[in-house]
Amino acid sequence: MSNKIPLSDHPLTKEDFLSDQMVKWCPGCGDHAILSAVAQTFPRTGYAQDHFMVVSGIGCSSRFPYYVNTYGFHSIHGRAAAIATGIKITNPALSVWVATGDGDCTSIGGNHFIHIIRRNIDLTMILFNNQIYGLTKGQYSPTTPQGTVTKTSPLGTIERPCNPGELVIGAKGNFFARCVDTNPKLLSDILLQGAQHKGTAVVEVLQNCMIFADKAHAAITSKETRDDNQLILEAGKPMLFGKNKEKGLIFEGGRLKVVTIGENGITLDDILVHDPYTQDSQLHMMLAQMCLPDYPVAIGVIRAAAGDTYEDAIEQQIESQKAKSSIHCVDDLLRSGDTFEI
Amino acid sequence: MNRITELDQVVIKFAGDSGDGMQLTGTLFSEAAAHAGNDLSTFPDYPAEIRAPQNTVSGVSGYQVHIGSTKINTSGDFCDVLVAMNPASLKANLKWAKMGATIITNADAFDEKTCEKAGYEENPLYDDTLSSYQVIKAPINVLTKEALAPLNVDFKTVNKSRNMFALGLLLYLFDKDLSSPLAYLKKKFAAKPELVDINKRVLEAGYIYGENIEALESRFHVSAAPLEKGLYRNITGNIATAWGLMAASENSGRPIFLGSYPITPATDILVELTKHRSLGVKTLQAEDEIAGICSAIGAAYAGSLAVTSTSGPGLSLKSEAIGLAVITELPLVLIDVQRAGPSTGMPTKSEQADLYQALFGRNGECPCIVMAASSPVDCFYSAYEAAKLAMEHMTPVILLSDAYIGNGSQLFRIPKVKDLDPITPPLAQPNDPDFKPFRRDPETFVRQWALPGTPGLRHRVGGLEKTDIYGAVSTDGDNHEKMVAYRHAKVQKVADFIAPQKVEGDEEGDLLLISWGGTYGAVVSAMQELQKEGLKVGHAHFRHIMPLPRNTKEIFGRYKRLLVCELNSGQFVNYLRMTFPQFAYLQYNRIYGKPFFVSELTEHVHKILSE
Repeated sequence: MSNKIPLSDHPLTKEDFLSDQMVKWCPGCGDHAILSAVAQTFPRTGYAQDHFMVVSGIGCSSRFPYYVNTYGFHSIHGRAAAIATGIKITNPALSVWVATGDGDCTSIGGNHFIHIIRRNIDLTMILFNNQIYGLTKGQYSPTTPQGTVTKTSPLGTIERPCNPGELVIGAKGNFFARCVDTNPKLLSDILLQGAQHKGTAVVEVLQNCMIFADKAHAAITSKETRDDNQLILEAGKPMLFGKNKEKGLIFEGGRLKVVTIGENGITLDDILVHDPYTQDSQLHMMLAQMCLPDYPVAIGVIRAAAGDTYEDAIEQQIESQKAKSSIHCVDDLLRSGDTFEI
Repeated sequence: MNRITELDQVVIKFAGDSGDGMQLTGTLFSEAAAHAGNDLSTFPDYPAEIRAPQNTVSGVSGYQVHIGSTKINTSGDFCDVLVAMNPASLKANLKWAKMGATIITNADAFDEKTCEKAGYEENPLYDDTLSSYQVIKAPINVLTKEALAPLNVDFKTVNKSRNMFALGLLLYLFDKDLSSPLAYLKKKFAAKPELVDINKRVLEAGYIYGENIEALESRFHVSAAPLEKGLYRNITGNIATAWGLMAASENSGRPIFLGSYPITPATDILVELTKHRSLGVKTLQAEDEIAGICSAIGAAYAGSLAVTSTSGPGLSLKSEAIGLAVITELPLVLIDVQRAGPSTGMPTKSEQADLYQALFGRNGECPCIVMAASSPVDCFYSAYEAAKLAMEHMTPVILLSDAYIGNGSQLFRIPKVKDLDPITPPLAQPNDPDFKPFRRDPETFVRQWALPGTPGLRHRVGGLEKTDIYGAVSTDGDNHEKMVAYRHAKVQKVADFIAPQKVEGDEEGDLLLISWGGTYGAVVSAMQELQKEGLKVGHAHFRHIMPLPRNTKEIFGRYKRLLVCELNSGQFVNYLRMTFPQFAYLQYNRIYGKPFFVSELTEHVHKILSE
């Protein structure tokens, strides 16, 4: 089995990738924007249409495979990562995409999430994080901020939320990016980088659920606050944010610090420059952890370090064993070792 | 020289502390017997702990081998020879020795402390505990040490090689030569020739000890069995399972994928398949049982012969995902090497109590094929057929094995892969304009297998109910009823593609013994003994449980009584009651962690016939 994903012999468009199924997400749901960005990204990869494979678990976002015109597998709750693992190992020449939600991925599927990342299966996971269980109508999820009132936390949640970026990097993840559903162009660029990254690429999308957790990400996404509250990271560029890019990050006393250029003698040269490609994950972890109100939220590709993939390693073992072994078929195996004639 | 007594068959049990190497000793003895042409069946019986407390009854590890000059069906009821390396192994196994059996003990291991730990008040070698047996009190520690004196090795090495002394003595006692274990040692320790030398010296010392002592009244000889000519090997059920799956992969042209999580007693299937990258085998040691089956389902969708292996607790965890494979109509082979349950139960002990779970343990109307392997060698053929049926009928197949046949071994006459039934998966062709994901073959109700990456067959599957033919998401009740009926009919239709049920023994008569799975050897042996007594008795052993063979009902009608024997509290018999309620069934059930004794089956038949 070739590990190379075949390229399309004719140009494809966004429309080629939209299916004929009626999209049944609520009007105004952030999922529509993500679907649009994904359909825009698929043709940009250049891959042949019949080599796209979209896998999902259960939840609103997991209806995704029905809405894209590719091979698709809408599976069971939490298990998309495990199913995608078997698909990619069987056929590494597929461009595999996983659509999953915060409940599907970080709660019931938490174990598979850790292990797909650790194994570094080459695929792109889009994590729709709306901080709520939508399809079951409004229960808190592992990413719901502490204290939030939901149907199952009428007095406010008492659980500490998890941060998917920390989980990814903690599980030795090589690629983590974060985006907002209100910036489809940036999202498409990030998804393309995820697809081109060799290994498990997790793209967290801060997505709005109008019905059960409306404006959960408003402080990050709203027009009035986004410039101050989003730090859009670019490789090789200084970490600047604010309406006029007047604010930035420096490293001081073992931690990140927000500074203003021109104040306290800070110049552009003092600002940290983003390197998503370094193997050292410590700064990536700090960037993934940044949250309001002390820090802006990091958006963009936070980490994109190179690494070997699981399915390539299996193929290599197969090739090297084929060359070395005297057993070339099951008949050889049956007759190997301790046998005797009667 | 001692005289040699000719025997038709003999049962030998090796028992010692779990670190004493009894599994290896038993295996090497079996190999030597196989080389000499004996038919055989083996059964390792070991504790769940890797090194249970030394010299305690709970830490005893045993290996029973039954060899014969006639066809051997079971690992034997009571043993003729018991090797007891310490008091605990004597305590645990003496009740399984025949009256008058030869008991070989390591006399050096029987001191006050070890006897007390085993629960003996007096040293059993010197009171009347063993007065009805032929006892050989071999000073194995001392003689092993002496044999190794010229090499100046440490105490630990001496202790670790004691099992070779016992093996040498047994090989002498059974008139076998040392060539087979020596060949093994040379291969195993190729990189450490000093270990070959150590083990060889102790092995020979045991053999010479047998020659020299006068305690042995006689040696025994078991002649070669009249086996069909051919190339043979000794094989365990778990390895046979792995190889049967690999043969099915080769004959179907579908690459094999195993997703599995380690669990006793099924782990050896994962261990074995992982060895064969040279044959393109892809394995994933999954993070849990659910990932094991889910990765296999993904692999099935992508075109692999997809397999997951487990034992009872793992089958519980996989239940939801089996439903996904049923509704997506993907081929999947699930191997359940059953152990005693419920819950963790007795992980190293055998049982047949997962049948209900295999048949019914899922939400919704969720039929799949259920099969059971009958012996270590049959694991090869059953696994092959399970893979064939899964792929040709686009459905999950649950293959039930168990700890007894999975770990037990038998002589395997090696087949040629091309002589096995061909396997033709229903692959959809590229750019087929008529392709629809849930269009079915009108005869078999089987849908096509359309692999991602194939030009022109883009479609979606999933756990939500789909419309007939087109495969769109649907919550329409009438469509659901139709799809449920299709999935049911597809599995029932498999009955047209399996062999008719066989009966051994009398084709009609007073009694039909009915069994399934790993109890074949004991039940067929019981049937043969009852026939010798003049009873008109037959035996129907089922490999196919869902669906049952078409001629099942007709067979049942030919006997006055039906007796269903199984290692659970009556799961197959109740399934038969539900399926063919017109018959009255008798049942014999044991749930004691080990295979049936032939003698208890025949006794039970006598009892019911006298009632």
